[in-house]
Amino acid sequence: MSTTIRDTVDADAPQFYCTEEPHPENGTLLGFWIYLMSDCFIFASLFACYAVLGTRYAEGPSPREVFDLPMLAVNTALLLLSSVTFGFAMLAMAKDRRGATLAWLAVAGVCAAGFVGLEVREFAHMIAAGAGPDRSAFLSSFFTLVGTHGLHVTVGILWLATLMVQVARHGLDETNRRRLSCLSMFWHFLDLIWVGVFSFVYLVGVLR
Amino acid sequence: MSAPGNEIDGNVGDPRGAHGHPGDGGIAHASLKGYLTGFVLAAILTVVPFWLVMGHVIDDAAIASAIILGLAAVQIVVHVVYFLHMDTASEHGWNMLALIFTAVLVTIVLGASIWVMYTENANMMPMASQALHHAMGR
Repeated sequence: MSTTIRDTVDADAPQFYCTEEPHPENGTLLGFWIYLMSDCFIFASLFACYAVLGTRYAEGPSPREVFDLPMLAVNTALLLLSSVTFGFAMLAMAKDRRGATLAWLAVAGVCAAGFVGLEVREFAHMIAAGAGPDRSAFLSSFFTLVGTHGLHVTVGILWLATLMVQVARHGLDETNRRRLSCLSMFWHFLDLIWVGVFSFVYLVGVLR
Repeated sequence: MSAPGNEIDGNVGDPRGAHGHPGDGGIAHASLKGYLTGFVLAAILTVVPFWLVMGHVIDDAAIASAIILGLAAVQIVVHVVYFLHMDTASEHGWNMLALIFTAVLVTIVLGASIWVMYTENANMMPMASQALHHAMGR
């Protein structure tokens, strides 16, 4: 308040320029949201690639032969649980409860790690069975799309671990709250992308 | 929102916490009920497509695919509303604007790619099937 008043008093003469940067509150979060939207384009183009190439089997295995639906169900459940437990962490953060926040973050991280672990296992099985990304256009686009998503989740887990150390060390201060809010968006966004992956790539693929 | 000194106030406390200003976006609207509602809806919208495929409920693959993609679209909306807390008020509408812009471009990228490639395939197909027909006839 005081700065604003002093500014207006000082600036009795007409002003021809902005004395303050015009920016919205929580500009970081808006900026991060716009980053997520650009990330959305990456996934959209990979989805488009898969839509176009997903039926080019090159006489190799078809989705029905390589996809393991029960494992996919477990994977999807893990990611959804991870998303909702991260939400609980954010609720604990809003109530200023550091211990609960850290605990829920840990649960979310473990679920996501389980997701990545199962996915790596699936990839390893497929490559060992001769259904690697070099086998056909279908498998190339599959590995690119699902691998990019898995890489995002992996980076998210690293980010989560970093923030858990930050919160444990410095508490839920303003900076850490902002960072956790960004990670929260990233986390839920990846679950949203996964909805497209399991529906469009796996389930519809198996139906073909 | 634009009151003088708002920035100073915002930096002292938690601008997004339980007492966050409505309309600032994000976490301010978060509640346990919201997350649980989102979770239950997402779980239902996930279980149904898996059941459709694994239980071989619908014989027609095209219809089943359309239903699965429709459910996925609904679930994406559920995620956006209940997990990402998106509404027209958050960040004074800028979030929503960016989302709509992205949705339009993604629709163009996906829709046009599929359309172009499908049309190309359809135009190539008669020759392919003709050749196959000849080969089978021999």
